[in-house]
Amino acid sequence: MAELKTETITLNMGPQHPSTHGVLRLELVLDGEIVLEVKPVIGYLHRCFEKHAEAMTYPQVVPYVDRMDYLASMNNELGYAVAVERLCGIKIPEKVEYIRVIMAELNRIASHLVALGTYGLDAGAFTPFLYCFIDREKILEIFEITCGARLLYNYIWVGGLSHDITPNFKEKVLEFVKVFRPRIKELNDLLSFNKIFIERTANVGVLPPEVAINAGTSGPTLRGSGVNFDLRKNDPYSIYDRFDFKVIVGNGEMGTVGDSWDRYMVRVWEMEESCKIIEQAIELMPAEGNVQEAVPKRIKPPVGEIYARTETPRGELGFYIISDGTNYPVRVKARGPAFCNLSALPLMSKGCMIADLVVILGSIDIVLGEIDR
Amino acid sequence: MNSNEIYNLLKSFFPDAVIDYKDDKPVEPYIIVSAKEIDKICLFLRDEENLQFDYLSCLSSVDYDNDNLAAVYNLYSFVHNHKLNIKVIVPKSDPVIKTVSSVWNTANWHEREAYDLMGIIFDEHPDFRRILLPDDWEGYPLRKDYKVQEFYNGMKVPY
Repeated sequence: MAELKTETITLNMGPQHPSTHGVLRLELVLDGEIVLEVKPVIGYLHRCFEKHAEAMTYPQVVPYVDRMDYLASMNNELGYAVAVERLCGIKIPEKVEYIRVIMAELNRIASHLVALGTYGLDAGAFTPFLYCFIDREKILEIFEITCGARLLYNYIWVGGLSHDITPNFKEKVLEFVKVFRPRIKELNDLLSFNKIFIERTANVGVLPPEVAINAGTSGPTLRGSGVNFDLRKNDPYSIYDRFDFKVIVGNGEMGTVGDSWDRYMVRVWEMEESCKIIEQAIELMPAEGNVQEAVPKRIKPPVGEIYARTETPRGELGFYIISDGTNYPVRVKARGPAFCNLSALPLMSKGCMIADLVVILGSIDIVLGEIDR
Repeated sequence: MNSNEIYNLLKSFFPDAVIDYKDDKPVEPYIIVSAKEIDKICLFLRDEENLQFDYLSCLSSVDYDNDNLAAVYNLYSFVHNHKLNIKVIVPKSDPVIKTVSSVWNTANWHEREAYDLMGIIFDEHPDFRRILLPDDWEGYPLRKDYKVQEFYNGMKVPY
């Protein structure tokens, strides 16, 4: 049989493939069912956020930032706010910092729930998706009560917040955490340690740590490869240095370090760590304080430039901002974590089966809104 | 190591290619290097024992609205936990920079983006084409003097 000549075929997966989590096209070169080469083709959602930002004042950029990674808007806003505040040297009231951390961690859980639920869908499990969305709904409800929006908040402003928290905010959040903890175990029983799920994801799409670093991955994709790196610990911003939490790394429990199951599991345990942070923040949060006290009337950063990075659910979100001393930025560059993580896809999927490619793509948890910006 | 020490070290190894060191607040300190030898300098930064910049955080393109474009490299080292900013400034008439995608894989897409939106050309890049915009798009949107093309494939663009 060895002398039989075979031919490779080129196949377009997408842009409307259900498991691409958005409009993404993958150009595949196939040898039968084996994937020889993957070329992600992006740009279908491109709207040139960076050009828009140059025509806006600093506070006006915040809603645009929301629409980048629309599953984790709070984290995006926090990243942008941190960058501009560092450039201007604005000091933030204690209460605002705590509310920001609570919101960011709640949004991290919500985003991870979507990632895990849809990952189940990719692998053929429908039920966990619905379970995840029940809990996500509760988080969105808390956001809705606080600022009126469920997805795109415009909540974290440069220097403060758009609304103060409601009187029963603390109880609501604590109640959520209490109810949510056992749900993580439920998700584990339902999906994480399911034999079929493990067979589909373990030893699939292995990304060794050196390759992961060189490819510029970050967040759960990097930590899944066993690299102990979290900007909340290693380059703290806001008040993250005050909280006690663990950085979850993949350990190859079900197969090889850096496989799809590791990346999935990092997200599961990170939700638990986020719960810990939320509980500590609720306890330490000062009762008094005006959330708009430090919001400047006009934001005019001094001439200069800054690169500030924060940890979103997908990894390192960096903002490179150049100011010329007016109230319009000269340049706002966003370094999207999913953009860099997706660029590592060809490295992890060389030689895999075409059915596994969907599983690998799901495990890096991309959001096209942020890749294309 | 802080940026100043790294500058002195680089200067001793690459006396011609390392151009300047700037440290004015509130800007983080940065080193200006030559566009022709950026790849060699980056390889040195990655592999030198005391530096080990194994992570390219971000690569941004900038139009300073004079006659220059710039590429800014934000580096980070997992081993030594230090950061470094490098800048390459090129004239608009000849915006060519050596690629660093052989040093850090992640530079591949970043450089394509910088070319796509700002029109900086990365020499010896393995897969050099537009990334976010269609291949037949005209102009580079992030340039300050960019004018939107009137028609794209028969469709009116500023609608």
